Amino acid sequence: MQLNRRSFGLLAAAAAGATALPRAAFADEALVKEAIMAFTGGVEPTEGGVTLGAPEIAENGNTVPIEVSAGDGTEAIMILAAGNPNPGVATFHFTKLSGEIAATTRIRLAKTQDVIAVARLGDGSFGMTRREVKVTIGGCGG
Amino acid sequence: MRGTVAILGASALAIAGFAGFGIADEEAELVVEGETLVSRVAAPEWHPLDQLMSGWVFRSDETQALQLDDFENPGFAAITLAEEVWETAAGTSGKSCADCHGDAGEAMKGLRAQMPKWSETAGEPWTLEDWINWSRTEHQGAEAWKWESDEMLAMTAFIGLQSRGMPVNVQIDGPMEEWWERGKELYYTRVGQLDLACYHCHEGNYGNMIRADHLSQGQVNGFPVYRLKWGKLGSIHRRFKGCMENIRAVPYKRGSDEFTALELYVASRGMGLSVETPSVRN
Amino acid sequence: MSNVKPRVKVPKKAEVGEIITIKTLISHPMESGQRKDRSTGELIPRKIINRFTASFNGETVFWTELEPAVSSNPYIEFSVKFPGEGTFRFEWVDDDGTVYDLEKDVKVG
Ligand code: HEC
Ligand code: HEC
Repeated sequence: MQLNRRSFGLLAAAAAGATALPRAAFADEALVKEAIMAFTGGVEPTEGGVTLGAPEIAENGNTVPIEVSAGDGTEAIMILAAGNPNPGVATFHFTKLSGEIAATTRIRLAKTQDVIAVARLGDGSFGMTRREVKVTIGGCGG
Repeated sequence: MRGTVAILGASALAIAGFAGFGIADEEAELVVEGETLVSRVAAPEWHPLDQLMSGWVFRSDETQALQLDDFENPGFAAITLAEEVWETAAGTSGKSCADCHGDAGEAMKGLRAQMPKWSETAGEPWTLEDWINWSRTEHQGAEAWKWESDEMLAMTAFIGLQSRGMPVNVQIDGPMEEWWERGKELYYTRVGQLDLACYHCHEGNYGNMIRADHLSQGQVNGFPVYRLKWGKLGSIHRRFKGCMENIRAVPYKRGSDEFTALELYVASRGMGLSVETPSVRN
Repeated sequence: MSNVKPRVKVPKKAEVGEIITIKTLISHPMESGQRKDRSTGELIPRKIINRFTASFNGETVFWTELEPAVSSNPYIEFSVKFPGEGTFRFEWVDDDGTVYDLEKDVKVG
């Protein structure tokens, strides 16, 4: 059962046409910056202080598991998706009843992009980290 | 392991190599809630392949992980719905499924593994959806559910779950033989503008990458599956339809004789694999 | 019967001061407002869970604001330092104003 080259070439081309991303407006760095400034009250966050776990490559952008964590006393962690039409994703708020300062969720990524986590740390300062997630374009198997 | 074939590598769109792609460990065992399921098994004699593999084997680490814990498996949200529906009276009988069938864990155990199953009443094989709608209309006196409705998906997932871990074992002889042959023919018939058949992808190229997707054997032992792309559960026939649309063919209808025959044949190609319902796929 | 079903996993018992993991999932399409209806070509209006709150004996423990970029059937996992016997209450707020809720008792032990 060998597949011939012609079939797959055609298939690949057709599939590409079918799944090409629409030229939607994607968030630019200005929107990302705006969201960060709204969260920090205009303070520029420093690098670090918060960790972000995400797969290097997501099999489907519709459901990408992510995990954030930071040190004790952290009040809130905001997640942004820098390449989505709207960068906002979620903001977790912790309290003195919190156990570890950590949370896990699943998010939608429209394409390969940076996911950003910004944290309001215990000392009132802001930490930030970003991480690229590659989103593969499926487009086969319905 | 089968490598990425040159024909795929040659295409600018195809992606070569698994290493960077989070493709899961090929040897990984599927252990769900402490129970080891059969995700690889020797094929029956008549089968064109030597080893049968669950679609789970081909998914990335992250997708695989979602199926290992029933809480993290998003398909289980539908189980909660079905448990409620099972207990709720409906239709002219004024009875719930539970009133007549009792505990689903006993009444429905083993059913998914035999689907599609011969119906004496109709003189044809019925899918699980057919059996449920027959009982809804015939016994409960309620309206049939739409094939891809929340209720139907939840109920097929819930009934399927009662067979989780049991080997797929469909009847292919006797009155089923004719249907099985028909399904086989459909499986090997080239269709669509791309002139491809199921076997091109799922028999001749499983293990290879097609664009960024890791091709499996196209097994149905995990259905209904929670697909990340769909963001919900979907039926076997929805997946068949999607595969046909991808090769630019006009798909058959959900519940059609063609898809029932195809389901029977595809199910038989997975004989011995564990029922995984509800499984998680990308 | 609503098709939206919340689910929560918490231990039935814990030691005081122990860190316990809480997993939550609610079946909800999280309609982003950017998807088109295939048959009409019109945008399907946004309808998401926009807020999740967990409280213990009336005191807020953890809360989350959600945007349409959270996947359908939103899953949220977090942890709590177990304060002692009592009741956790979980609430999910829908754009349409509906509040879905669930309570779980946890005992000391
Ligand atoms: C009024 C009683 C009644 C109600 C209510 C009822 N059923 Fe049934 N159901 C039956 C009977 C009788 C059969 C046939 C049993 C047999 O032939 O073994 C049956 C058969 C079935 C079968 C096929 C079982 C098999 O082993 O082949 C399924 C599946 C089923 N019912 C599902 C349901 C579901 C789901 C509901 C609720 C939505 C439901 N039934 C409600 C009486 C009922
Ligand atoms: C062009 C290649 C291609 C063809 C032809 C094709 N499929 Fe698929 N199919 C895929 C891809 C890609 C997937 C998703 C990855 C995987 O599981 O293989 C898929 C998935 C599936 C699955 C889901 C497997 C699981 O574990 O959940 C089934 C079932 C399936 N296909 C059946 C069929 C049937 C039946 C046909 C013929 C009508 C067919 N496919 C034709 C590419 C194809």
